[in-house]
Order: sequence, then structure tokens, then C-alpha cells
Amino acid sequence: MAAQPISSRRSTTQRLGFALLAAAALLVVAPILLVIGTIIVRGIAAITPEFLTAMPRDGMKAGGIFPAIVGTVLLTLGAALAAIPIGVGGAIYLAEYARDTSLTRAIRLAIVNLAGIPSVVYGLFGLGLFVLFLRFGTSILAGALTLAIMTLPIIISTAEEALRAVPTEFRTVNASLGGTRWQGIRQIVLPQALPGIITGVILGLLRAAGETAPILFTVAAFYLPRLPRSPFDQTMALPYHLYIISTQVPGMPLEIQYGTALVLLALVLSLNVTATVIRSRFRRRRQW
Amino acid sequence: MKPLAQPKIRIEQVTYAYGDQVALRDVTLAVPARAVTALFGPAGSGKTTLLRLINRLNDLVEDAHMTGRVLLDGQDIYAATTPTSVLRRRVGMVFALPLPIPGSIRENVLYGPKLAGVRDRGRLEELLVQSLHQAALWDEVQDRLDGPANALSGGQQQRLCIARSLALEPEVLLLDEPTSGLDPISTAKVEESLHELKQRYTIIIVPHSTQQAARVADHAAFLLLGDLIESRPVKEIFTTPRDRRTEDYITGRFG
Repeated sequence: MAAQPISSRRSTTQRLGFALLAAAALLVVAPILLVIGTIIVRGIAAITPEFLTAMPRDGMKAGGIFPAIVGTVLLTLGAALAAIPIGVGGAIYLAEYARDTSLTRAIRLAIVNLAGIPSVVYGLFGLGLFVLFLRFGTSILAGALTLAIMTLPIIISTAEEALRAVPTEFRTVNASLGGTRWQGIRQIVLPQALPGIITGVILGLLRAAGETAPILFTVAAFYLPRLPRSPFDQTMALPYHLYIISTQVPGMPLEIQYGTALVLLALVLSLNVTATVIRSRFRRRRQW
Repeated sequence: MKPLAQPKIRIEQVTYAYGDQVALRDVTLAVPARAVTALFGPAGSGKTTLLRLINRLNDLVEDAHMTGRVLLDGQDIYAATTPTSVLRRRVGMVFALPLPIPGSIRENVLYGPKLAGVRDRGRLEELLVQSLHQAALWDEVQDRLDGPANALSGGQQQRLCIARSLALEPEVLLLDEPTSGLDPISTAKVEESLHELKQRYTIIIVPHSTQQAARVADHAAFLLLGDLIESRPVKEIFTTPRDRRTEDYITGRFG
């Protein structure tokens, strides 16, 4: 008798609560869908074989964005090449070897803070260190290394997390079977942490691929209708290209702007999908 | 009790502490070769600590201190210059919870030998078959050696872990409550395999009950809060305990 109203009141509040939570979830998804939808609808018309494979013409108002696509791919690959060994190595050290001292705590604190530094600051740092001090000039090398530094905190912290998630008992089992610490890491711990590490690497690279500020002073060319010839060459890159055609070139057809955005979005999303596929494949194999 | 001619392992006046928490106090124990020795006593008495000292697994613990000596065939394993990995190949260990390495049954059994540098395929195959036989697991897994180890039942996984230790052909086998997670039938199978194994190996077991100590052991040592109270052949310790505390524990007056 008394229980009936209470339970029905509870179910009403509960339903209201669920509705609010669902609305919050929708609010999160809605802008993403709107952004993607708008870019696809407005940009799809620009996507032609010529747009994807030709050099820009007529002050970028016609032709394609091929050099910008190549530039972004090269920069992302270069960043990966530099950041993966350093990042994963650092994570292995922190998770498996380092003792909990004030030094390692300071390193961890630095990594967390590095992740919060605005990307333009990384850009200026890259300009100072790679372009000027190390005399790499405005080049793919300088840009890729700047992007690598920017992604390091993400890679290190997610990889360390993934390594720590592997139960300690595996390390004990390895030791009890006469394995050295490194053998245990190599044979048992790393394979289990790999999906998490890959996720971290891709997340970091996704951020690098879409950034404008770090490449602004280190590599990006305003208008360079040819492919780069060496790591010391400048290159166009999609995010920067999008920025200049949207703000610096008067009379730029809207279609080309949206088309460029769509290509950048597709590139980043396909990287994301690749990550998910790799991860789930590893996870399935790990089942046994 | 006839004196032990040459004990396989001698633990001499070992005191061990985690920080300022003393886990073992002046423990001295002789472990005979080719027999099962049980370390029993209430929880927190230092049984597992004592076991882990014999293959230096406690080296992984930070902030621990030890005094005293642990002798294997008369050699102090803590003074020796041989790497711990070599010692651990001589002194194998099986843990309370079976933990197969992700991979196949074959990969699990051959993990140790491969790390030890055994490359010869014929030799590896021989070790695989022999270890699984010794752990009484061969009949159940012979047709799925390349299948996932995680698909085995809990009891089979524990025997797989025993086989994994045996594949290194150790001289000593340390068992830390190897049947605590198992049902009675699996427990019986593991205990049965111990009777076979002690023909060839020196076995030290922390049993999961006093009854199990009585069933499987030849010798038993009673530990209480870090002190070794007495250690004698199992028949004597359970029928005519010398120490009052041992008697109280066995008869269930505390524990």
C-alpha cells in the first residue's frame, strides 16, 4: 500500500533521470553529426579525381589539393616514426623499470603538463629548436619532429596505462620460469598491452594530423604546387591549406573550402577506423 | 626420526622483514630430497614468504630485509654469483591461482625452455610430452596442444602450470596452495600427480588445509606468526605433536 506510491514515484523520477541523461548524450552527438553532415553535404561536390590528384591552379581557386594531402600524410608518418619508439620506450621505462622516486614523479608531472600546452607553443618551440637552432630550416623534418613532440605525452601516458593494466602476476610467472625482466615484457606484457598502446599512438597521431599551429612556423608552405623533394623541403599541408583558403584568399569558392575540410576529415576518420580495426583484431587474438 | 643425510635445502636462521613488519623470525629448516615437505599454519605465518625465499622470488619486493642463509645442495643461493634466472630454473614454482600465459598449451609449457635457450625441435617436443605426462594432463590435452590454454578448466590450468614448471626439469618444486581454487576432483588429481612427482623432485608445498598436509606430505613444518614451531615427519607431527601450539592448531582449538 505504502510501497506502491513510493515505487511508482521512484520509477517516475528514474525515467526523468534517464531522459535527461539521454538528452545529454544526444547533445554530445548532435554537434558532431551536424559538423560532419554539413561538411559532407557542402563539400562532396568538390571531390573529383582532379581535386584529389592535381596541383592547385589560379591562386588555388582551381585545380586540386594533391600536394597538401601528400604533405599531411608525410608529416603524420614522420611524426609517427619519431614519436613511437621514444614514446613507447619511455612508457616501458616508467611502467616497468622506474622506481617511485621524486625524479620519476617529476617526469610524470611533466608529461601530464606537456599534454596541456597549447599547440601554438609547440610550434614556436619547434621554430626555435629545429628550424633555427638545429638549422633544419622550414622543412618537413622540422615539422614532423614538432608534431612528434606534441604527440609524445599522449603516447607515453596511454602506453604506460596499458602496460600497468597487465596484471603483475604475469611478471611473477615469467620470473619464476627463469625469464629476465625484459623477456617478460617482450614475451608476455607487451603483446597484452599492444591494443592499448596502438590506441594511444593513433590518438596522438590524429591530433597531429589535424593541427595547424605546430606546422605554421616549421614547415607549411602557403602555395607550393609541387611535391616535396627531400625531408628538408617545405610542403603544403591540409590543415594549414584550409586555414589560408578560408581566411587569406579573397573570392575562394566555398565548395573548395568544404571539399578540403572533407578530405582532411576523411583522412583523420580513416586513421581512426584503422585503429579500431587493428585493436579489435588484436583483442580477438588475445582471447587465447 | 632418522637424521637427514644430505638435505636438499637448508634454511639457516632466516629472519625476513617487509619494512619493519617481521614475516619470519630466526627460521631454521632442513628439507629432504625427493619427498614432499608441507609448510602449514594459520594465515599470515610466513609460509608463502618462506617459499618465495627459496627461489629468490622475493627479490622483486622492494624495501625488504633478510638475514640468514638459504642453502641449495650446500650452496648459499643468496651469496652465489649465478643469476637468479638460473636458480629459478632449478627451483620451479606453482602459484595459488593458475595463470596461463596468453597463447596455446604448447606455448605455455615451452615458455621456460625456450627462454633458457633450448632450440632443438625434437628436444622441445620431448619436454612437452614428458611434462604434460608428469602433471597428469597429457590424456586430456594431447589432441589440442595448439589450442588456447585459457579454454582449459581451472583444474586443468593448474596442472598446466605444474607442467610449465616441470618443463624446465627443475630439482625443486615449490607449490603455493596449488589447489586453493580447485574443486575436490581436480584437487585429487593434482595430489595424485604429487605422489608421482616426488619420485624425482624435491617438493615443498603450502597446503590449503591441514588435511591436505596430512594426505600429501612426508614431512611437515608448523609455522606460527613468523616462528617455525616444529618440523618432523608428517605422521609424527599429526599424531604426537611435541609443542602445545602445534597440538592446539591441529586439533582446531585455534586457527
